[in-house]
Amino acid sequence: MLDQLAARVNADANLVRRGRHVNTSFLIAIDAADHIVRIEHGRIVSVTPGPFITPNYAFALRASREAWEKLWSPTPIPGYTDIFALVKKKLLRIEGDLHPFMSNLLYFKGVIAAAGQPRKEAA
Amino acid sequence: MSARFEPAIGRYLHLDLLGKPHRLYVEEAGSGIPLLCLHTAGSDGRQYRGLLNDARVTKNYRVIVFDMPWHGKSSPPAGWENEEYRLTSRDYVRMILEVSAALELDKPVVMGCSIGGRIVLHLAHEHPEKFRAIIGLESSPKVDPYYDVSWLHRPDVHGGEVSAGIVSGLVAPTAPDEGRWETLWHYMQSGPGVFKGDLHFYMIDGDISGKLDEIDARRCPLYLLTGEYDYSCTTEGTLEVARRTGAKAVIMKDLGHFPMSENPEKFIGYLLPVLEEIRSGRQASAA
Repeated sequence: MLDQLAARVNADANLVRRGRHVNTSFLIAIDAADHIVRIEHGRIVSVTPGPFITPNYAFALRASREAWEKLWSPTPIPGYTDIFALVKKKLLRIEGDLHPFMSNLLYFKGVIAAAGQPRKEAA
Repeated sequence: MSARFEPAIGRYLHLDLLGKPHRLYVEEAGSGIPLLCLHTAGSDGRQYRGLLNDARVTKNYRVIVFDMPWHGKSSPPAGWENEEYRLTSRDYVRMILEVSAALELDKPVVMGCSIGGRIVLHLAHEHPEKFRAIIGLESSPKVDPYYDVSWLHRPDVHGGEVSAGIVSGLVAPTAPDEGRWETLWHYMQSGPGVFKGDLHFYMIDGDISGKLDEIDARRCPLYLLTGEYDYSCTTEGTLEVARRTGAKAVIMKDLGHFPMSENPEKFIGYLLPVLEEIRSGRQASAA
């Protein structure tokens, strides 16, 4: 599900500009499948699939495949259009050091949206 | 494009509010039945510019929008630097009544969105006789916190950026980019801690779920309009309010939590029949 993530984010000059101060690694878990996304100056430099022995990342977004698929649906589904909609439904968990995430929230929402099917999103 | 002025007029109103001198920014346009509009948490009256500029609305309604203290072009009261801003149900109700009285409005229609959509339920509960009709946009009886609101006010996170980031998903994914980003811009311009202070009312103090059965839409016509993409004030919450109060509820397609600013044209299409029903006096309670 994350095959296109780096290419889409790095091709979006506006999104990269929004995240120009972001230098971090974060984890996306789809069911039990972990992926670590490394970001430098707003560009994704690697998406590394697990499993990991000693994963090193600042924060993690964990949800079921079903929840991610609804979030990334090309046709938006009311109640499943944003990561905080999933958090409110307790379908997505955000954990770890949230400071890089919250201080660049519009950027990370744009990154997460880029993993889904193309549609209009707020980033 | 030739230069032009909009019909809305903005002025500063000096009044005593909650026992203190205040300076509030007020915009209005149109004539007829007063329609007092309440903006969302952490934003300001600019959200209603679509209404202020729509002749279909202003030909029969005097649309009045004020920035709450701390918001938009209204000032906080003198001495604000020595207190933490926290909106309460009691103060919010008093503020609306005192502004309405200061403007000498005769039984206005009151319409509010989000926190405004919640406080109008309090008005319907406590003061139904003071209003011709009440319109709640994105109304729900309560919203449990679903993120740590302390992120909204700390010096190492930009308050405007994080506030816009929090609410960005509440705009319908189908909204036009211009409406979406203007809505977010208002959040980006909010003062430090103001959105968080408003959420004290929204998520803690303003829970009205225990009093819903005491609201009777026959005492004052109550209309509820909620966007299908709103996951903060959910459509289920709105329909529960309607079921327990006799309000008329409409779920609006292709709209989210900020209908009047994210997509004014689409929203006004839903609002006009409500305004016409109120004007004609043919209100039918109960959905």
